[in-house]
Amino acid sequence: MKLHRSSGHLTLAIALLALPFIIDALFGHGWVRIADFALLYIMLALGLNIVVGYAGLLDLGYIAFFAVGAYTYALLGSPQFGLHWPMYVVLPLGALVACGFGVLLGAPTLKLRGDYLAIVTLGFGEIIRIFLNNLNAPVNITNGPQGISAIDPLQIGGFSFSSSYEWMGLRVDDVHLHYYLFLGFTLLVIFVSRRLEDSRIGRAWVAIREDEVAASAMGINTRNIKLLAFAMGATFGGISGGLFAGFQGFVSPESFSLMESIMVLCMVVLGGMGNVGGVVLGGVLLVALPELFRNAAGPVQQMLLGKVVVDPESLRMLMFGLALILVMLWRPAGIWPSTQRRREFAADDGVLRQEQETVYDASK
Amino acid sequence: MDIFFQQIINGLVQGSVYALVALGYTMVYGILGLINFAHGEVVMIGAMVALAALQALLAAAFAPVLAVLLSLLIAVAACMALGYSIERIAYRPLRNAPRLAPLITAIGMSIVLQNLAMMIWGREYHSFNLPFTSNSHHLGGAVMNDVQIGIVVVALVIMAGLMWLVHHTRTGRAMRAVAENPAAATLMGVDINRVISVTFMLGSALAAIAGFMVSANYGIVHYYMGFMLGLKAFTAAVLGGIGNLRGAMLGGVLLGLIESLGAGYIGDITGGFLGSHYQDVFAFFVLIAVLVFRPSGLLGEKLAERA
Repeated sequence: MKLHRSSGHLTLAIALLALPFIIDALFGHGWVRIADFALLYIMLALGLNIVVGYAGLLDLGYIAFFAVGAYTYALLGSPQFGLHWPMYVVLPLGALVACGFGVLLGAPTLKLRGDYLAIVTLGFGEIIRIFLNNLNAPVNITNGPQGISAIDPLQIGGFSFSSSYEWMGLRVDDVHLHYYLFLGFTLLVIFVSRRLEDSRIGRAWVAIREDEVAASAMGINTRNIKLLAFAMGATFGGISGGLFAGFQGFVSPESFSLMESIMVLCMVVLGGMGNVGGVVLGGVLLVALPELFRNAAGPVQQMLLGKVVVDPESLRMLMFGLALILVMLWRPAGIWPSTQRRREFAADDGVLRQEQETVYDASK
Repeated sequence: MDIFFQQIINGLVQGSVYALVALGYTMVYGILGLINFAHGEVVMIGAMVALAALQALLAAAFAPVLAVLLSLLIAVAACMALGYSIERIAYRPLRNAPRLAPLITAIGMSIVLQNLAMMIWGREYHSFNLPFTSNSHHLGGAVMNDVQIGIVVVALVIMAGLMWLVHHTRTGRAMRAVAENPAAATLMGVDINRVISVTFMLGSALAAIAGFMVSANYGIVHYYMGFMLGLKAFTAAVLGGIGNLRGAMLGGVLLGLIESLGAGYIGDITGGFLGSHYQDVFAFFVLIAVLVFRPSGLLGEKLAERA
């Protein structure tokens, strides 16, 4: 059994390592780049999963932390201020700043429940974006809507992830190198998530999600534990943001709109809230689907109707929206829900009614 | 001081529109506990349909006033059908699903509607001109035109009508019963599905009217107009206390006032450091401040934690 499992892990590891070259060979360079973005989004989704999936706090402004991480990296590693701090300083710093913002957002809003929290986080996300958009006057900090360009590439010492190398006749390009870097970070985030899930803290989050009053009666310090969820989620967002800035070489407020927050939330919910595997699946799907549709929208029309009738870009988004609806109708608990949620959801009505009746009787 | 009055008027007009849209959010939320993310798009579709109908009717040589009224009616009917369909397709099958599932279908619906509108009406801005001139009236130093007066008056009448409907009719009583306790309402013989459909249709009708108003006021229609408007209206609903009809009206008008006063004075307050493009920040800061001190909105009841 044990051998079986470890050999499975080995196969998975080899597959993950070979993946960029397989993608490259089959679909071309562009798709490796898309895989890189998928990894960044998976990190984001896993971070949001801590807040929404584990602790049950609906956050609609999560992209703000991504933005904070990205701008921290961009401001400290670009000609904007003439600073070129190394990656191993700026990335953790970005994570730390994002974490600070997480606490800043969490502290005043912990009293709020459910959808009130949702709208406040949404407002917070918009506030961050508007500030980034307008902090070019009177003092130019963020360079406004133009954003910051010529950001330093991700590099450690003399090794830059943005150049190509030849190793034993194998050409390794920037997209491949970034893939491995992001894969490393993603695995780290997955590891932390999995460990948290089964820890005292993780169980405290679940307890709060299920019933906050009962959780606090059990001696859980709900305020600190909720703050911790915000801080952890924000930290992951910050790391992902820093990597994004270094990878793109360019950031602008446009990348951090509300729609992006919603996208990340869709990844979490569609994949399967609270389940690391499901969230990863959601991230891969929601990055890959629009790209697939992009490639399909034009040619398919050409094939069926002989000409491009409908603007492929809007057809692509239309199909994407339909896919969201259909998948949710097909699997309301997400494509790959956590075992606990699956159980809850599968619980037949009889049991549910019985539970409700008991509650009713008790309150009489 | 003239600027002050002018901003108050602008705020009232914008606030009336927010209030109408916010009512749609709050009614649905009160009954289903669901953020109907697609509601903003219903406003946009209402505006688009109204514009198309108005142009067609004017081309068919209808009298201007009749054409305006008819196009408004057509938009209302179209949106009611749309609201009904949205609920049937995207929300009803998920009535007993985990709480966030209908949120995702709502987002999907919003994306679908937006892109459908873009396919039908294109990406460009359409101008929306009423077929009669709107005279300006001077009140003190401030200016208010006929369209703006019309918006405020119509909004007031509709809100009064809605309050009457909810509090003095059989349907309204059924709505309140379902909002209070769906299971108990069923036992009393209320057809929940019918009530929910009626709620969606009512909300969508208000959205269509709001869409017409906002287009008439700004003279512009665009496929993306619903998103921000919906967001602001939802903010307004939360500000007033979501699920509460009076709260939505108060929140809408307040948000309109806060925004326009904020845009007018934020530069003076901060010594020129922050300009009027921070008006959204101002609105959200007020929202956060209100919610920190009153966690369930201005008029919201203090919610007990549900077991």
